[in-house]
Amino acid sequence: MHPSSLGQSMPGTSRRAVLRGLGGAALLGAGIPLLSACGGSGTSSDPKTVTLGSNASDAVPKKAFAGVYAAFEKESGITVDVNTKDHNTFQEQINSYLQGTPDDVFNWFAGYRMQFFAAKGLADPIDDVWEKIGGNFPDAMKKLSKGEDGKYYFVPLTTYPWAVFYRKSVFAQYGYQVPTTWDQLVALCKQMKKDKLVPIAFGDKDAWPAMGTFDQINFRTNGYDFHVELMAGKASWTDAKVKAAFDHWAELLPYHQEGSLGRTWQDAAQTLVSKKAGMYLLGTFVAQQFTNKADLDDLDFFAFPEIDPAYGQDTVEAPTDGFMMSKAPKNRAGAVKLLEYLGTPAAEELYLKADPSVVAASRKADTAAYSTLQKKAFEMIAGAESLTQFMDRDSRPDFTSTVMQPALQKFVRDPKGVDSLLSSIERQKKTIFASS
Amino acid sequence: MNTDTLVKSPEVAAEPSRGASSNGRVPQGHRRLLTRRDRLTLGLMAGLPTILHVALVWVTALASIALAFTTWDGIGFDAITWVGFDNFKELFTNNPQFWPAVQHNIIWFVALILIPTPLGLLLAVQLDKQIRFSRVYQTAFFLPVVMSLAVIGFVWQLIYNPDTGLINSLIGANEPGHYIDWIGDPDLNLWAILIAASWRHAGYMMILYLAGLKGVDPSLREASALDGANEWQTFKNVIFPTLRPTNTVVLVVTIIEALRAFDLVFVFNKGAEGTELLSILVTNNIIGESSRIGYGSAIAVVLLVISLAVIIPYLIATFRKERQA
Repeated sequence: MHPSSLGQSMPGTSRRAVLRGLGGAALLGAGIPLLSACGGSGTSSDPKTVTLGSNASDAVPKKAFAGVYAAFEKESGITVDVNTKDHNTFQEQINSYLQGTPDDVFNWFAGYRMQFFAAKGLADPIDDVWEKIGGNFPDAMKKLSKGEDGKYYFVPLTTYPWAVFYRKSVFAQYGYQVPTTWDQLVALCKQMKKDKLVPIAFGDKDAWPAMGTFDQINFRTNGYDFHVELMAGKASWTDAKVKAAFDHWAELLPYHQEGSLGRTWQDAAQTLVSKKAGMYLLGTFVAQQFTNKADLDDLDFFAFPEIDPAYGQDTVEAPTDGFMMSKAPKNRAGAVKLLEYLGTPAAEELYLKADPSVVAASRKADTAAYSTLQKKAFEMIAGAESLTQFMDRDSRPDFTSTVMQPALQKFVRDPKGVDSLLSSIERQKKTIFASS
Repeated sequence: MNTDTLVKSPEVAAEPSRGASSNGRVPQGHRRLLTRRDRLTLGLMAGLPTILHVALVWVTALASIALAFTTWDGIGFDAITWVGFDNFKELFTNNPQFWPAVQHNIIWFVALILIPTPLGLLLAVQLDKQIRFSRVYQTAFFLPVVMSLAVIGFVWQLIYNPDTGLINSLIGANEPGHYIDWIGDPDLNLWAILIAASWRHAGYMMILYLAGLKGVDPSLREASALDGANEWQTFKNVIFPTLRPTNTVVLVVTIIEALRAFDLVFVFNKGAEGTELLSILVTNNIIGESSRIGYGSAIAVVLLVISLAVIIPYLIATFRKERQA
């Protein structure tokens, strides 16, 4: 579920969604708001029910959320009416969904893509909820939950970090040390190549994994603030700083697994499972590929090494999932109660008990039941000075899917053409960010 | 005489019934003939499909054309901004995927005409000879056509997967050093996917040609045999010229296939490096949470213009032929 939530700008689209898209720009764009405008008024609100639009269509999170809502119903006497849609379809339709008759509360992601809908007036500010739950979250999470206007729009529930994964046994066998600086990383890659290992497993067939690599190298090279400005379309892609980040990447590329554009992340992860690869930069969901318990226990990770000492390892990429309130909810009082409940450590603990592939966004949630990997992930996030989401959550999704995904694939294949690539990105960025 | 009226335009064909109804007093008789209920039924039968057709085909097509001159993220009608030809300017000068996409659509057409079409004709000619197990072969070659292209995409992934796929596993090309990336390498992936597309298209062509060959008058073959023509001469001088109408259908079908190419590529690698197609660019820009509907429409308009450029000459030729007949 998590990997798909990353690649959603252009995910494995359902056939129906594809046909709908081809069916005509006008029908999709113009027809749906019209239809929804008709249905908007009639329904009377029931003070004892809160409706919730859910993208948790996969079995594990669906069941985990059901448990959370049941506990809330018991506590408050308010029924949660859940309307679950296929994960990818939910994302593709979010635009027309929010303009139509959305549910009171809906699943969404932190970062720019939350701020985008907030700025469009399609979500309600929930500062009143945060008055109650504010104490449960670290500052980095608070920063993530605010819109551009400084108001809160988002209640985070779960998160997971991106890091460099490796096998403890492989490192022990060859006597490798965890690298903490760029030079150590490059030296380690060289050594692994000598030892006939693939230094860094890599698969970019789905076009989003390369974004994760760029994020790491960019905020290590240029710092969190510059990364945010770049993602928000403010900084220029032709800036020497961006070039420096790509130069670092080009230095590391020869140590990446060959033929990455034809490989999915799952296949790349298999080279780590089979100990053919030494390292793999991905989110913690890589653990899903470790089906054998002994292999899973052997899995460990470290934060991406420091590139510029001025920034150290202060930034962690941690995509965060949670909830938002739609504009003009039918039962606002009930929705506020639900969001307050979802912001409590109790709700997170309940969720994590059923879905241990992520960690809690709250710092107060009980970590006693966590696996070693989860504990480490939790500490990494809690200790971070700044959190980023992921390129397609930190920037306009239309920009990342139509410009950045193909551009990064081009770079991975031909790192020498970076200069013309960057000016092409910058030209396209300008028109996209100027358009609305 | 009878057939003559049928071929004529609809107004002419409708005439006899009008005349027959009331010996010349056309208007009143016509009115009396239909009760109110009849008219309502007729109105519904003709009106509903018309409304649906206009709304779903014409309005949407025209709206797409109009939207191509705007920028719109799909949120609220007041967000539509008129930008004139900016989208097209951007598309032609600034989009690194656009020209490759046009080029690939053309390659797609040329490849489909050059590889699977002759192959389909060859298969059809062979199967037409009533060889043993002819039905079995027919079914085998036609089977891919029955499958959805998306399914074909999945099947060929199992063959092309660079790590675990059939080809690389057989020839050992999944090791570092001599690695063949069928899906990711832009010099390879278009051809890899065209082979998959051809695999399906050949069966389609075969069925069309088989149908055409069934229509060839056996006496023609007999006559050429009597004249002492060998098999190739018979085919070249007698059979192939009679397949002319089939060839037109084949050409049109192949053009349509080339322009609508989408599902196979989308499953294969989502139109990434090396396999860009116009249809995929349209989808990429229109589907999503904050879509570029104006820009996507502009690409759709380009696709529409190309389709029209191909279809209009064909229609003109067809109608001219009909008028002559």
